Amino acid sequence: MKSVLRITVNGRAREDAVAANALLLDYLRDGLGLTGTKQGCDGGECGACTVLVDGRPRLACCTLAHSVADGTVETIEGLAHNGRLSRLQRAFHEHLGTQCGYCTPGMIMAAEGLLRTEPRPDRDTIRTALAGNLCRCTGYVKILDSVEAAVQAGEEAA
Amino acid sequence: MQETATASPTVKETLIGQRVRKPDAPDKATGKTRYINDMVLPQMLIGKVLFAGRPHARIVRIDTGAAQKLPGVHAVLTGKDVAELRFGFVRDNVALKDKVRCEHDEIAAVAAETEEIACRALELIEVEYEDLPGVFSPEAGAREDAPQIHDRFPGNKSLAFEFRHGDLAAAEAASELIVDNVFRPHHVTHCCMGTSCAIADFDHNGKLTIWTQTQYPYNYKMDLAPALGIHPGDIRVIQPPVGGAFGSKLDVYPYEPIAALLARKTGRPVKVMYSREEEFKASPTRQAAIIHMRTGCTRDGVLTFRTADVLLDNGAYTSWGPTIPVIMMRTTSGHYRVPVVDFKAQAIYTNNPYAGSFRGYGNVQTTWATAQQMDMLAEMVDIDPLEFHLKNAQRSGEVTPQRSFLRECALVECLETAATASDYSRKRKEYAALRDAPGRYKKGIGLASSIHNAGGAKIHKSDGIGTILKMDDYARVTVITGASEIGQGIDAVITLIVAEELGVPLEHVTLVNNDSDVAPWDVGVHASRTTFIAGNGTRRAARKAKAQILNAAAKMLEESPEDLDLRAGSVVRNTDGAALIKLERVLRQMHFQAEPELVMVTDYYEPKSEPEGAAHVSDHSAAYSHAVHIAEITVDTLTGEIKVDKVTVAQDVGRVINRMGLEGQIEGGLAIGLGYALSEDMRIENGMLKNACFRDYKLITAPEMPPLDLHFIESHCAEGPYGAKGISELPTIVIAPAIANALYNATGVRIFDPPMSPEKVARAIFERCAPAGSGAVEPRLAGTAA
Repeated sequence: MKSVLRITVNGRAREDAVAANALLLDYLRDGLGLTGTKQGCDGGECGACTVLVDGRPRLACCTLAHSVADGTVETIEGLAHNGRLSRLQRAFHEHLGTQCGYCTPGMIMAAEGLLRTEPRPDRDTIRTALAGNLCRCTGYVKILDSVEAAVQAGEEAA
Repeated sequence: MQETATASPTVKETLIGQRVRKPDAPDKATGKTRYINDMVLPQMLIGKVLFAGRPHARIVRIDTGAAQKLPGVHAVLTGKDVAELRFGFVRDNVALKDKVRCEHDEIAAVAAETEEIACRALELIEVEYEDLPGVFSPEAGAREDAPQIHDRFPGNKSLAFEFRHGDLAAAEAASELIVDNVFRPHHVTHCCMGTSCAIADFDHNGKLTIWTQTQYPYNYKMDLAPALGIHPGDIRVIQPPVGGAFGSKLDVYPYEPIAALLARKTGRPVKVMYSREEEFKASPTRQAAIIHMRTGCTRDGVLTFRTADVLLDNGAYTSWGPTIPVIMMRTTSGHYRVPVVDFKAQAIYTNNPYAGSFRGYGNVQTTWATAQQMDMLAEMVDIDPLEFHLKNAQRSGEVTPQRSFLRECALVECLETAATASDYSRKRKEYAALRDAPGRYKKGIGLASSIHNAGGAKIHKSDGIGTILKMDDYARVTVITGASEIGQGIDAVITLIVAEELGVPLEHVTLVNNDSDVAPWDVGVHASRTTFIAGNGTRRAARKAKAQILNAAAKMLEESPEDLDLRAGSVVRNTDGAALIKLERVLRQMHFQAEPELVMVTDYYEPKSEPEGAAHVSDHSAAYSHAVHIAEITVDTLTGEIKVDKVTVAQDVGRVINRMGLEGQIEGGLAIGLGYALSEDMRIENGMLKNACFRDYKLITAPEMPPLDLHFIESHCAEGPYGAKGISELPTIVIAPAIANALYNATGVRIFDPPMSPEKVARAIFERCAPAGSGAVEPRLAGTAA
C-alpha cells in the first residue's frame, strides 16, 4: 500500500508515493537512484547504509522511509557542492581512506555526523564514532587518518 | 602542475616511492562509483537460489509447478535441467544439484520480475528430501565405514600432495630437540563488504556477456564454459567495480552459471545477488586443516628437519581450498633453512562448506604452525628467539629444498629491524619474568616471520600479462591491461609507472582493465603478483612508447635520442634538463607528418619463473619475500581477552613504489590476520553454519585496530619493477603466530586452534594455573551455561 511521503533529500523537497513497508535504504536506492548508499548486511550490522537524518547518522536499512516523513535526509551524493568534494571526501582521496570503497559512503556519513556535533574530535573519539562501520580492506588506519585530516582542514579553514 | 616552459630540474625527480592517490577515490568518496551490486539493465530479471538447508540428503521429489505459475516468474530451473554440466577443479560441482552434499547446495533457481516475487516463488517450490548420515570432519570422512559423498571419489578422497627431501631418519637421529604438535586452523570467510553478484545476458549469436566480480577474468571463461556447455570463446567478461574480493573471486561459484542459465532460459539479463546471510553460507571459506607438525634442531639451535602431515577438510566440492598444499609445502620447506623435509597432505570430502582461496593462501595456516614451533624450539634451546631465528635465517642466493631461489633475501634485516624498533629482547625477558607475578593483566611480546612468493606463482601454464599502451594527440595515455582492480590499488601503481616513464601528469593516464573482449591476457589478481607482473608489463610498454617518441623527437630536433628524455610534459635535453618541445606537439607532428605514426605499443611479459610441476621442485615464483611481525599485547587473565597494544612490522618490499598504497595494503592485510587470530570463527555444527551474520561473526573494528610501526626493507629485486616485490599477503600471514607467541610470553599458555578467543585463552590460563585434580573451580561469567 503506497502513500505520499514528504521528505527533503539532499536539499530538495520531494513528494513520492512510497509503500508503507519500504525501507529508507530501498527508497533511496531503488526509488531515487541514490546508489551511493550501500547495502552490506541484512540489518544494522555493517554501517554501509549510514545516512544523515536531520543531521544525525542513521542506518537506512533499519529505518522505514515513512518514519522520517517531513524530515531531512542527506546521503553521500549530497555532500559535494557544485562538483567540489567536501573536506571529508577530499581527505579520503588524499589519504587513501578508500580501497574497494564499498564501506566509504557509510564511513564518510558517519564521520560527517560526528563532525557536525563535535568539530574537533581526537583519534579515539573518531574510532568510537566509526565502531559500527565495518571495513574489510583498510584496517581502518587510513580511514582514521582521513577523518583527522578533514578535522585539520576544517580548523585551517576556520 | 608546475609550468616548465624553459627549464626542468637537471636531476630527474622520481615518483617511485612517493605517495600517489588512488585515481578512483573521488568517485568512491562521492557515491558515484557504480558497483556491480548497483547495476540495473533494461528488462533485467532477478534470480534467486533455493538452498538445501541440510548437509547431506537424497532429493526424492521436486515440484516447481506452483512456482512456475506465480505471475511475474519467468523461469524455474532444477538439477534435472543441468545434470551433465559439471565444472570445477576436478569436475565435482554442478550449478544445480541432484543430491545434497552441503547446507548451501543449490537445489533450484528462479528468475522473476522482482526480488519479492522471486522469493515468493522459492517458497512455493516443494522438495522432499531423504536425509543421509553426514561427514563433518576429515577424520570422520577418512574412516572406512564413512558415508560416501561423491560416487566418483571413493573413500571421500580428494586431492593429495607429497614432498620429501633428505634423509629424515638420519636428521631425526641428529636432532637433540624435537617439537611435535597438532595445529587446527579453522574456517573463516572473506566477508567482502559487497556481497556476491553476477549479471548474465546472452545475445542472439549465443554469446554470453557476464558482469562479474571475478579477479581472474581469462581463466574464468575456461572454468565457466563447462557449467553452461558453451565454448570459452563465447564468453565476454566485464568486471564492474567490486566491494572486495581477497581471493574469494578466484574461481567460478554456482551462482554465476545459475545467472547465465536463467538468462539463457528467459532471453533476458538476469542478476543474482546474495544477501549477507547467503554470503556467509554460500561463499567460499579459508581452508580448514589439521596440521601435525614436527621440527627438530640441535642443542646449538640449528634446525635439522621439519615434517608436516596435513589433513584438509575439503568440504563438499573442490575449489582452490584443497590446493593450498602447493604453498603449505613451500613454507614447510622454506621457512628458515630446513635441510630435511617431509610433507604430505590429503584432502577429505566432508558435508561442510567448501573452501576457496583467501589472501595468504595456505600460508596463514602453515605459518601458524611453523612460527609457533620456532618459538618453542628457541625456548628449549634456551636462547633468545631472535638469536634462534637469525641463526637459521637464509641469506641472499640460498636455494630452498623445493628450489625457491632466494636471490635477494632480507630476512636478517627484517628480523633485526623489527627487534630493534620494538626493543623485543629486553621486553621478552622482562615479561616472562613477570608471568607468574600477582596481577590480573599480563604483558607479552611475540615475534613471528614468514616467507611467501612475491613475484607470482607459476601454477598455470602462464603467469604473464599483456599490456597495450596508446597515446592520443594531446599526450593522454591509455593503458589497456589484463590487471584487475579489486580495491588493492593497481590503478595507482600503473598510473605512477606511466607518469614516471613518460613524464606525463598522473591525471593524464587512463586505465582500461575490465573487459575481456578489450584487454589482453592476465592470470589474475592472486599470489601477491599484480604490482610485480603488471608493474613490469606497464614499464616495458611505457619504455617502448618512450623509445618511439624520443626517436621521432630526435629527428625533429636534429639531436641524438640518447641525449633526450621525457619530463614534465616535454622532451628535454638530458644534460641540462632544458625543455626543447612539448610532448603533445611531438605526438601531433608524428601523427600528421609525411610518414605518419601513432604511439600504440603492445607488450607481453612472462616472468622468469618455472612451472610448479608435479614434483614441486621448481623456482615457481619470480621473487620471494619475508616479513617479521612483533606483537605487543596485554592479556586479561580473568576474561582471557587479548588486547593488541602495538605491532611492529618489517617487510622486504623489494622497493617501495606507491608508499601510500603499500601502507594501505599492509594495514588492511594485517587487519584480516588480526580477525583470524582473535575473533573470526565460522561456527559449523553438523555441517550447518550457526553464525551467518556480523553480529555473531566478529570482524575487527576501528577501536580494536592497534597502532602499527611499519618498516619497509628494500632488497632491490633484480626482476621486479624498479626493484619491487609483491607484498599483499604477508601481512595477513604473520600476525596470528606473533600474537600466539606473545600470549605465551605473557601467560605461559599456547593456543593451537585459532582463534585465540577469550573463552579459549581463559580456559588455557585456568588449566595452567590449576591443573586437573587440584580442586580449583573454573570461574564462569554470570549467565553462561556450564
